[in-house]
Amino acid sequence: MSYSQSPIPGPIPAGFHEALSILEQDSRVSPAEIAVMIGKSEEEVRAAIAQFEAAGVIRSYKTVVDWERAGDERVMAFVDVKVSPARGVGFDDVAERIYRFPEVRSVHLVSGDYDLRVAVEGRSIREVAFFVSDKLASLERVLATATHFLLKRYKEDGVPFVDPESDSRLDVTP
Amino acid sequence: MKALSRVVADVPPSGIRRFFDLVSRRKDIISLGVGEPDFATPWHVRDAAIHMIIHGRTTYSDNRGLPALREAIAEHLFGRCGLTYDPTNEIIVTVGVSEALDLALRAILNPGDEVIVPEPSYVSYKPCVAFAGGTPVTVASRAEHGFRVTPEAIEAAITPRTKAILISYPTNPTGATLTRPYLEAIADVARRHDLYVISDEIYDRLSYEVDHTPFPKLPGMRDRTLYLNGFSKAYAMTGWRVAYAAAPPEILDAMVKIHQYTMLCAPVVGQHAAIEAIRNGEPQVDLMVADYRRRRNLFVDGLNRIGLECPLPDGAFYAFPSVRATGLSSEQFAEKLLNEEGVATVPGTAFGECGEGFVRCSYATSLEKLREALDRMERFMIRTNRVCGCRSPVERSMTNE
Repeated sequence: MSYSQSPIPGPIPAGFHEALSILEQDSRVSPAEIAVMIGKSEEEVRAAIAQFEAAGVIRSYKTVVDWERAGDERVMAFVDVKVSPARGVGFDDVAERIYRFPEVRSVHLVSGDYDLRVAVEGRSIREVAFFVSDKLASLERVLATATHFLLKRYKEDGVPFVDPESDSRLDVTP
Repeated sequence: MKALSRVVADVPPSGIRRFFDLVSRRKDIISLGVGEPDFATPWHVRDAAIHMIIHGRTTYSDNRGLPALREAIAEHLFGRCGLTYDPTNEIIVTVGVSEALDLALRAILNPGDEVIVPEPSYVSYKPCVAFAGGTPVTVASRAEHGFRVTPEAIEAAITPRTKAILISYPTNPTGATLTRPYLEAIADVARRHDLYVISDEIYDRLSYEVDHTPFPKLPGMRDRTLYLNGFSKAYAMTGWRVAYAAAPPEILDAMVKIHQYTMLCAPVVGQHAAIEAIRNGEPQVDLMVADYRRRRNLFVDGLNRIGLECPLPDGAFYAFPSVRATGLSSEQFAEKLLNEEGVATVPGTAFGECGEGFVRCSYATSLEKLREALDRMERFMIRTNRVCGCRSPVERSMTNE
């Protein structure tokens, strides 16, 4: 039953949400800098971050990569999945069967015509299409799928995939 | 040709202008000299303005400003500041606080009237008083008082010609703000000497330490205060040129009289944008204020670490460190730092003689640039201190002394 909420191992530190906001924007900011920014000691910040990690509040530290610009062609599709829910588990068991595939980047339960919105990544359209028909559509209780191939990324995780606008301010103003 | 205006000729050229020319000749500098937010105007505000342009809302507005904007301002002043102003006859929308200041001065001054201007302060105050036919009388505020002007210093500058006190808090360039006891004492001086108070509160939302007290909120002060505020700093809307003044009807009517003949109205697209900002902009403002506060903490901590003494400023987005430890004057420091390390600051003397020994650093710039600026300034400090024979705290700590 790994999809149920696991008990939180330690108390979630209060008064450190600003540290989370800073890390969410830029996970490379050091605990020492965060401490100065929010007026706490470095030890307090380190301890709070450790607790956030242990409690699963901080899930991961990642980098937003523009693979297309890196010259690496990848194919991504958003797959809407209609599922017949089962007594006791709702959609959780099917969602788990799906998110355990490494090809799957994200799985969300959503409202609307379909139930699960799944992001799948592969090296070719063929690979992704095969994954959907062979692995997703064939799952028990999956009633239908609708696959939308990603054509262009404009913004991901809050980061626009364009060059930042240059600073148009004058260098010295009163 | 006959001579130009004597009043204009008598106003000295801006100290910032000279520095601007020095800086603009250089490439690849990190500028801490910028007096405006590094954020772009929040998108919802820009989007609202685009909508208004598409629908051709590009005509003149009422002289006093769009009624909907004045109503929004009145609600904002009541909701956030507890100030009650009637949008029909006590609020005027202006072309930046710059125009509001000019109107305020011209509305109250007769030739030769004196206006008390605490320094260091914004570069426009003294010239604007002079252009309005008045005489600026400067009062120094000192580092030992946290650059808060003392009521005693103001009172000592009062003469029978004194007409008004011009205050601004949080202050450009020091970041100092006037706390309640200072404000009450200034109110007392204004009351006893029957003076107007022009209060420029453009940086009020950028207060990090104490809750901002609007001057008209003090007992008896609403009747004698010309309250100036705007959208430039809090909402990152400098280029839109929209601000406002609030004052009792008689004063405001006088300001409107000048404004209707000289300006007609503030830019109307900017006024529409300001309505969106004031109605729906608070969450964005809160995010920007939180960001400035973090950068302030980080930057000021860095300044002190490299030997540029700087108390934590209360507000705005300026740090005003002392450069006395280097043995250089403000101008020498700023020029050397620019030439040797490519970091632009503004000499404190641009904001008044009592700014000697300090430089203004704006932290309205990205964290990466602030870190890089601090690295360069640290190199500069180590080199400068070696020349003058003393050693920075950093060097001392490196050798475990």
